[in-house]
Amino acid sequence: MTDWPLLSTITFLPLLGALFILLVRGDEETIAANSRAVALWTTVVTLLLTLFMISRFDGSSAEFQFVERAAWLLPGIDYAMGVDGISVLFVLLTTALMPLCILASWHAIKLRVREYMLAFLVLETLMIGVFCAMDIVLFYLFFEGGLIPMFLIIGIWGGGRRIYASFKFFLYTLIGSVLMLLAILYMHWQTGTTFIPDLMAHGFDASVQTWLWLAFFASFAVKMPMWPVHTWLPDAHVEAPTAGSVILAGVLLKMGGYGFLRFSLPMFPIASDLFAPMVFAMSAIAIVYTSLIAFAQEDMKKLIAYSSVAHMGFVTMGIFSATTQGVQGAVFQMLSHGWISGALFLCVGVVYDRMHTREIAAYGGLANRMPVYAAVFMLFTMANVGLPGTSGFVGEFLTILGAFQVSTWTALFAASGVIFSAVYGLSLYRRVTFGQIEHEGLQQIADMDRREIFIIAPLVAATLIFGFWPMPILELTAPSIDALIAAYQEALAVHFGGSQ
Amino acid sequence: MLQNLTLILPEMILFLGAMGLLMIGAFSKGDATRTVNLGAVAILALAAVTAGSFGNDAQATAFNGAFVMDSFAGLMKVLTFVATGIAIIMSQGYMQREKLARFEYAVLLLLAAAGMGMMISANDLIALYMGIELQSLALYVVAAINRDSLRSTEAGLKYFVLGALSSGMLLYGASLIYGFSGSTNFVEIAAAFQPQDGVLPMAQVLGLVFLLAGLAFKISAVPFHMWTPDVYEGAPTSVTAFFASAPKLAGMAIFLRIMMTGFENALVAWQQIIILLAIASMVLGAFAAIGQQNIKRLMAYSSIGHMGFALVGFAAASEAGVSGVILYMTLYVVMTLGTFACILSMRQDSGPVERISDLAGLSQTRPFMAFCLAVMMFSLAGIPPMAGFFGKLFVFRAAIDAGLYSLSIIGVLASVVGAFYYLRIVKIMYLDAPADEVNEPMPRELSILAGVMTAFTLFFFIYPSPLVELADMAGAVLMQSDMAATEELHQHLAGH
Repeated sequence: MTDWPLLSTITFLPLLGALFILLVRGDEETIAANSRAVALWTTVVTLLLTLFMISRFDGSSAEFQFVERAAWLLPGIDYAMGVDGISVLFVLLTTALMPLCILASWHAIKLRVREYMLAFLVLETLMIGVFCAMDIVLFYLFFEGGLIPMFLIIGIWGGGRRIYASFKFFLYTLIGSVLMLLAILYMHWQTGTTFIPDLMAHGFDASVQTWLWLAFFASFAVKMPMWPVHTWLPDAHVEAPTAGSVILAGVLLKMGGYGFLRFSLPMFPIASDLFAPMVFAMSAIAIVYTSLIAFAQEDMKKLIAYSSVAHMGFVTMGIFSATTQGVQGAVFQMLSHGWISGALFLCVGVVYDRMHTREIAAYGGLANRMPVYAAVFMLFTMANVGLPGTSGFVGEFLTILGAFQVSTWTALFAASGVIFSAVYGLSLYRRVTFGQIEHEGLQQIADMDRREIFIIAPLVAATLIFGFWPMPILELTAPSIDALIAAYQEALAVHFGGSQ
Repeated sequence: MLQNLTLILPEMILFLGAMGLLMIGAFSKGDATRTVNLGAVAILALAAVTAGSFGNDAQATAFNGAFVMDSFAGLMKVLTFVATGIAIIMSQGYMQREKLARFEYAVLLLLAAAGMGMMISANDLIALYMGIELQSLALYVVAAINRDSLRSTEAGLKYFVLGALSSGMLLYGASLIYGFSGSTNFVEIAAAFQPQDGVLPMAQVLGLVFLLAGLAFKISAVPFHMWTPDVYEGAPTSVTAFFASAPKLAGMAIFLRIMMTGFENALVAWQQIIILLAIASMVLGAFAAIGQQNIKRLMAYSSIGHMGFALVGFAAASEAGVSGVILYMTLYVVMTLGTFACILSMRQDSGPVERISDLAGLSQTRPFMAFCLAVMMFSLAGIPPMAGFFGKLFVFRAAIDAGLYSLSIIGVLASVVGAFYYLRIVKIMYLDAPADEVNEPMPRELSILAGVMTAFTLFFFIYPSPLVELADMAGAVLMQSDMAATEELHQHLAGH
């Protein structure tokens, strides 16, 4: 490996772009145009660098790669960056979605463009940092720091109830996270380090694990979000601008699942095993209950938001099944949900930019005037439902398979959730695209233009390619997940073997 | 004798400087305010350099052990003097515009700084009281410096009456402690205050509690906080900026020293009290600030809350705790001064405004000021990667290490409540439509100061270790100080 700190470069490159935007001078038009351009180029270069990194990534190893470590805060609390088979894909997901978000905001955002692009670039740095951090305090720094730009994105460029939504988002997430901070401090006190691999190897006492697990759970369950602490999500989604929703659903929600995989499972295996039934129950409720709620929604974004909660239920179920299939399915589901839900929000954004309403009843018969849109929307609705051949299917199938080995009932409920998702998904699609155009305003509605098709095309490709051929992702994650499960099972065996 | 004088050199510089400036002010023809202010800043800088040049590991006492100088005292003095200097610089323009510019202001602040230096180095109850009174008397006067304003005189009077009450309590406690230990020296008190079977005799506890109450008043910890909102609101804003920074540092420093050296053995007796003060301050600071409309009042409750967080590290009563408090207070002072640099810039043509709603839409009319204030708010709320987060990280680390779990949980939950009102200010500046209430440009010196503080707060995370190491060292010195001091005392007694 070269000595060049590739991960830090990828992480902080967007921040550099943000500095450039700060330096832009001129009248309002010039500033807006230049800010857009700088943001786009920065995110594209970041994506290219990430692709370069992945090309150099050794997919057969379970180890952290591209590791950087430097003294930072205290002895034991270092600046440590690195990626393994799980996190590398999330970095890619983040950097791949960002240019699309910038493009999606190209015309939709007219006010305070400079600040908007600044917020997005800062957010990108923080999101990449979350997935790259190998030190838990550093992780927390990125994890919490992301609240600030997202708060501003929802609050400044959001819809009617943006202030309520932004406060709810911020405070909900914060309250979960501060408890995690205490747990982190406790772990630092116990072990003298916050280096993640060291903590994974430490093996905390069973009684301590319970408390630490709960503290981490408080943070990640809110972030995920799991039922019953999911209520911030529909509000945040509905009020956020389109690109904000894409990032929220595509990346920020994944931080919860990533946290479970990175911390809860490997560091607290005994507690994870102890609480798995609770997580299963919450996941099953999330899948069934929020699917039913989604069916009752009148607002398109809210419907997709609730469906996100349901899909995240599959993820938590898969993770805590602690089987190879379950965890692989969870990772796959998180990635695929990242681009599917992102695409769905973009689809809503397309019609919202034209009609300025998200109410389902305000649409109907769009297939007549917008054939391309109807086709794209159909694909992603089907992918959201989990139709075989789309990437949505692979994740759901694997998580259910994983859960089935552990808890038949949970798998049963989850499988019924697939049917519910078909109910609300298809009904949404029918009401928006089929039938005759009845509303006056829709008579002249134009189909997707080239920019919009360009944005959505990569997501279509990802959905179909990984739907038919999921192996690249599964193979890349396999070594890390196998190692994780092996360590998990061993810890359980030691614990239960020792207590008999 | 010479050693005595070298140790109190910073205070001597301040004191003589204050006298000199007083003469210049009194005998110069025309308005000497600007000259005196400049001179005061120079003197404070000189005093800070002298205090900071004290060796790192050594500890030395003067005046028969009444005055102690070590790297803890050195660091706290540097911070206090620098904060005072910044407060003078910030006041210059404000006082001029408000037609309050008087040369006595800077002289009084110098005297207060001398008092604070005395407090920080006090190793004896008498020295402690002298320092506190020298500081307080100067503060009472500057609170009422706008003598034609009802609110300012009211603030001064309130501060004086309540301050006198607290001084009385402190003195009463000190006399009880003297009665039981036969000495006013912290080291000898430590020897006398030994719990038997884990409990301190009731009478000794009584003296300790009175002393604690007096000191808690100085740092405005709940339930001795009542004066804070009124004084903060009533005093001219530049005075409030000073009140919120340097005296808090000095108060916390002496509080730490007396508890960690004088009553180190009586930990069982005072730890619970500190925990209670911490919880009460954090919770009240968080909840009471929510309803405030006046930004100065809000900052008063915010500072009460922050004292609570600093006390969390205090309650841990460990090396990590003390260095956590030092770091917390340092960052707190930076954030407070940065915030006040923005608040001082809240002006219309007709004069200063201080309602929070006046900030509406500031991000569009005054982007730089809004950005600085927003960074300060996020930092005060303790959101990473701002500097304020690290302060909280370190005090809670100490509390967790010490096993104070419920205190920590209450603390972090209070910080979430606190985040709400800090966010509200950000919301008003960034999310609301411009009200154009603040329509005067930011004065140059204030924008430079605010910019520097903001940059520090924002980029602290990149290279935090120098400050962390300084705080660690000072904390270690304070926790071990009794050893060196005891030795010296014994030598001194043997000599007689």
